[in-house]
Amino acid sequence: MGSYILKRLINLIPTLLVVAIIVFVITRLIPGDPAAVMLGPQASVEDVANLRDELGLNESVPAQFISYVADLAQLNLGHSYSYSESVIGLILERFPNTVILALAALVIAVVIGIPAGILAARKQNKMIDYAVMLVSLVGVSMPIFWLGIMLVLLFSVNLGWLPATGMGSLEDGVWTYIKHLILPAFALATIPMATFARITRSSMLEVISQDYIKTARSKGIKEYLVIGKHAFKNALTPILTVLGMQISNLLGGAVLTETIFSWPGMGRLIVDAIDKRDFVVVQGTVIFIALIFVLINLAVDILYKVVNPKVNLESDGGKK
Amino acid sequence: MAQAIVNDNKKKNTLLRKLLKNKLASIGLVIVAIMTIIAIFAPLIATHPPNEMSIGKSFLPVNTEGHLLGTDNYGRDLFSRLIYGTRISMIVGIAAVLFGAIFGTLLGLLAGYFGGRLDSMIMRTMDGLFAFPFILLAITLMTVLGQGLVNVIVAIGIANIPGFARLVRGQVLSVKEEEFIEVTHSLGATHKRIIFSHILPNCMAPLIVYGTMSTAGAIISEAALSFLGLGIQPPTASWGSILKDGKDFLVLNPQMATYSGICILLTVLGINLLGDGLRDALDPKMKV
Repeated sequence: MGSYILKRLINLIPTLLVVAIIVFVITRLIPGDPAAVMLGPQASVEDVANLRDELGLNESVPAQFISYVADLAQLNLGHSYSYSESVIGLILERFPNTVILALAALVIAVVIGIPAGILAARKQNKMIDYAVMLVSLVGVSMPIFWLGIMLVLLFSVNLGWLPATGMGSLEDGVWTYIKHLILPAFALATIPMATFARITRSSMLEVISQDYIKTARSKGIKEYLVIGKHAFKNALTPILTVLGMQISNLLGGAVLTETIFSWPGMGRLIVDAIDKRDFVVVQGTVIFIALIFVLINLAVDILYKVVNPKVNLESDGGKK
Repeated sequence: MAQAIVNDNKKKNTLLRKLLKNKLASIGLVIVAIMTIIAIFAPLIATHPPNEMSIGKSFLPVNTEGHLLGTDNYGRDLFSRLIYGTRISMIVGIAAVLFGAIFGTLLGLLAGYFGGRLDSMIMRTMDGLFAFPFILLAITLMTVLGQGLVNVIVAIGIANIPGFARLVRGQVLSVKEEEFIEVTHSLGATHKRIIFSHILPNCMAPLIVYGTMSTAGAIISEAALSFLGLGIQPPTASWGSILKDGKDFLVLNPQMATYSGICILLTVLGINLLGDGLRDALDPKMKV
């Protein structure tokens, strides 16, 4: 196990290098002079020249790339002009907020989605199964940025129950904090929740039809034990795979959710930085999110192996 | 040859029959068909030119002065804008997925068939692209490319490449080992012939299913990009940009936000229903 983790960690290096190359190439595709674009049309020639110098745009492309990777290795993501702060500082300030939102959404998705899927599988082809499947189909098709707006319209504008935007401070009490979290977390949870319900149902159905479940039942084991202990444990592998993929969905969805609810996280930082044409911040945040995503996926892969030791992750490099 | 065509037709007929037997898939098919018709015949269905402004008539309520769904902040007819928005969504959905499918399939075929260093080079790049959440990759590309229909297609198309490449590569690896490929090879068929006449047809079923599902994702992504102000350039009507404007006038005029979102949801739902049906009919082993 230890050697497996070590091997995977070493394998991270080329993936991260590729990530760095991709972002480097994309940002170098900006037509015209990035320094001029960032400073806007009113900027003086001098300012543009200074910024070019600072961004290292006067050096050769390979030299630029080497200093870029060297900076990255030290987590130096550059300095933001519009915020006059280091990019990593900006990110670390907001990262915990995104984590809170994503975790809350993940909890909602797991707590509602998985039991709903189990229920649907147990009542296959009954009313409740159809209802769960219909709702989850609408859920996976949901444009969450629209759902977020509709939730605001209903719960904030019309009913006045929950705040429409912003993040509560814990000093104002736990309830204020939670009240601010409910709408964005639910909006962000929609797609993972629906996906969990669908995958849990199909994976449970596959397991339930197998002989050992019939044997367990015929031995008189209580139904909740059959489902909870024997069936669910074996249905878990595909659910875990989906969990890894949903992390990507949560991080991407956070960009949209945070924009709608003015949630002070990394997603909002990106959108604000785009508005301000602050490419250094966009680039840094995107790289940071990719890094987090790669690390989480590694964690999921390891978890996968813990749950199901038979899985041979080496054969395909552990990629799903 | 004639026999082959007859067989082919029969295959298509059974696929359609299987789809129509599946109630949910039929609903999906109908929704997709209606949206396609609306997109093609938008000028005939729309009651007003979609970009025609009339300042005195902004925010008219539903069904007033010949405006079925009222007007927006510039006094433009909301119904007509939504109808024209269907065009943008369908064009982006189809074109972006075709873009991703063509490049992704080629890369997947090359990687899977030739293996070795080419394989690891291609797949490492794909892994790198996979490290970005889909919408984030599209957002990053759009900030660089700038607004516009073609750029939206390219950005979402690029974000679609790794998914297709991985799918096709996996498929190639399982087909490659089969006996008939070895036989064709020993009979002297060229690599090109083996790849395109023997391996690719065996990838079609999962490609069709995955492509359909990806179209839904591409439509949502276009709406999301336009919603963030990075997608289709105003004044062109796109569901996402109508939703963006609607958000700013949510209290004053909730119908802009409401109806544009319903259009997105309905179309995506229809495509997903169709995709589910296609999966059950073509490739039941595929998961979600």
